Amino acid sequence: MADEYNPNELLICLAARQMEDNTSAFVGTGIPMLAASLARKLYTPDLMTVFEFGGVGPILEDLPLAVGGSRTFYRALAALSIADVMDMAACGLIEYGFVGGAQVDMYGNLNTTVIGEQPNPKVRLPGSGGANDIGSACWRTIYIMPQDTKKFIPKVDFITTPGYLSGPGAREDAGLPPGSGPYRVITNLCVIGFDDETKRMKVLALNPGITKEQVIENTGFELLWAEPLEQNEPPTSEELRVLRDEVDKDKLYT
Amino acid sequence: MEVVESGIGELFCPVDPNGQRDYFRKNKSMALKSKVMSEHDAVSKFIKPGDYIGFELYGSVRCSMSIAREIARQKIGNLRMVGQGINEIDVLIAADLVDVLDQTYIGYEVHGISSILRRAVESGRIKVSEWSNAALVWRMRAAAMGQPFIAVRSMLGTDTFKYSAAKVVKDPFTGNKVCLLPASVLDVGIIHVHRCDEFGNCQIDGIKGFAPEMAKASKKLIISTEEIISTDEIRKYPDRTVIPYFFVDAIVHAPFGSHPGEMNYIYWRDEESISDWITAQKNEETTQEYMNKYVYGVKNNDEYLDLIGRDKLQNLKDICKGR
Repeated sequence: MADEYNPNELLICLAARQMEDNTSAFVGTGIPMLAASLARKLYTPDLMTVFEFGGVGPILEDLPLAVGGSRTFYRALAALSIADVMDMAACGLIEYGFVGGAQVDMYGNLNTTVIGEQPNPKVRLPGSGGANDIGSACWRTIYIMPQDTKKFIPKVDFITTPGYLSGPGAREDAGLPPGSGPYRVITNLCVIGFDDETKRMKVLALNPGITKEQVIENTGFELLWAEPLEQNEPPTSEELRVLRDEVDKDKLYT
Repeated sequence: MEVVESGIGELFCPVDPNGQRDYFRKNKSMALKSKVMSEHDAVSKFIKPGDYIGFELYGSVRCSMSIAREIARQKIGNLRMVGQGINEIDVLIAADLVDVLDQTYIGYEVHGISSILRRAVESGRIKVSEWSNAALVWRMRAAAMGQPFIAVRSMLGTDTFKYSAAKVVKDPFTGNKVCLLPASVLDVGIIHVHRCDEFGNCQIDGIKGFAPEMAKASKKLIISTEEIISTDEIRKYPDRTVIPYFFVDAIVHAPFGSHPGEMNYIYWRDEESISDWITAQKNEETTQEYMNKYVYGVKNNDEYLDLIGRDKLQNLKDICKGR
């Protein structure tokens, strides 16, 4: 019988499997940081993690609660500044970036600023923070967010972070670096990529026990589908053991 | 260079590199004189109603929370603020002292969105211009370079750009579009450091956040510090001076000045106090009760620390991981 796991653990394990070794990842607090830590222990030992306010290459012995907190550079290789880290991303030194948000459209345009109109929004959200910079400059940006028809919608209320904007060529037209952009969307239901030609979301693999119909029901726009459509393996015993006993010893997220 | 597109957000601090040069020449003295003063005097002397001010790093990490509380006590209002802000800006919004905000992120990370900011913005009480996190730092970098703007490749193609005061132009070298960020010169920058001497030569351990940029972009700079050390110590390790004295206008000795946030290598964040504040924020009444107790109800940082409890503070030191 497969091990039991909670929804966060599934997202963390799926994210940990997406990255290549000897590259860099711009991570924030929460699931991305756990995924990077798990990946380093199991799959990509030389994945170099970078935190927004200057932590470069920490060992992540304890999980940070703040992107500028001391745990982001505890026994790190360098404690730099926000400008240093943003320079790295702008110069093409950061492969993966992680973002999440309240709304996303089929091109990966992401909203973390307002629900409703600007000004006088119905709900004020935190704002861009580093998300816009990450989504603008990292080569491959990975989205982690729950999937439903309120979040996956045809038109987001506010584009905080650029996905592929209005489609093929739009990022380049806007002046964003060629070859950068959304790479994966990891949800409670599936892992989504982006179609090379149309730049639209394309489902690559279903999560354990999830049907194609469930994904369609929980998405407010038309999805493309990979052929063949893969199945994501559930978290392995090894992944869960390392995640629970080593990555998140204090049980902050698992 | 032709402007292709302009953000419709309001520019809350005017671009004036010549004015900045004149100001610095007149006001940034190279004299080695002591600038140590009380938090009351630093705030009353250097911050005026309507000023454009900013804090570094941000409310839960190496941030001058003691100065934020003092501004609230002195009720210096109509502030224009620039923020990666969390706690420190919330304290000033809760005190109803903020009119406009150059904003990138306001929230509490693992604890979620700020209720105080939500109420202020959703009711239209505070006007917001949007920026990315790097943009706010790069705007200060432009000011630190004495330039009117800096060209970057963030914010392009988004509503973050549309609701900012940035501009898109065609870069004359490549012909591609770039985003021009206006330099931001702060009336007052406020930075919390690990140690400095009486003149203001500052050392920061660990990550530098955006302290170097803010120091150079601030007309007036208030430093709060965990410790004041001798100039002899500074001279032993001049490579450790992150902010040289001539940028600094006031030095406030503020042990635990970042509480309830952390101060790397010295004390860990006070999770209980942070949770209390976030719970209190849920409605206006409990927010004001909290402000009455922890901000208006004490005279200064010393009294605040007594209220928090010295044993508790010692414990935050004990559980902090060293290097």
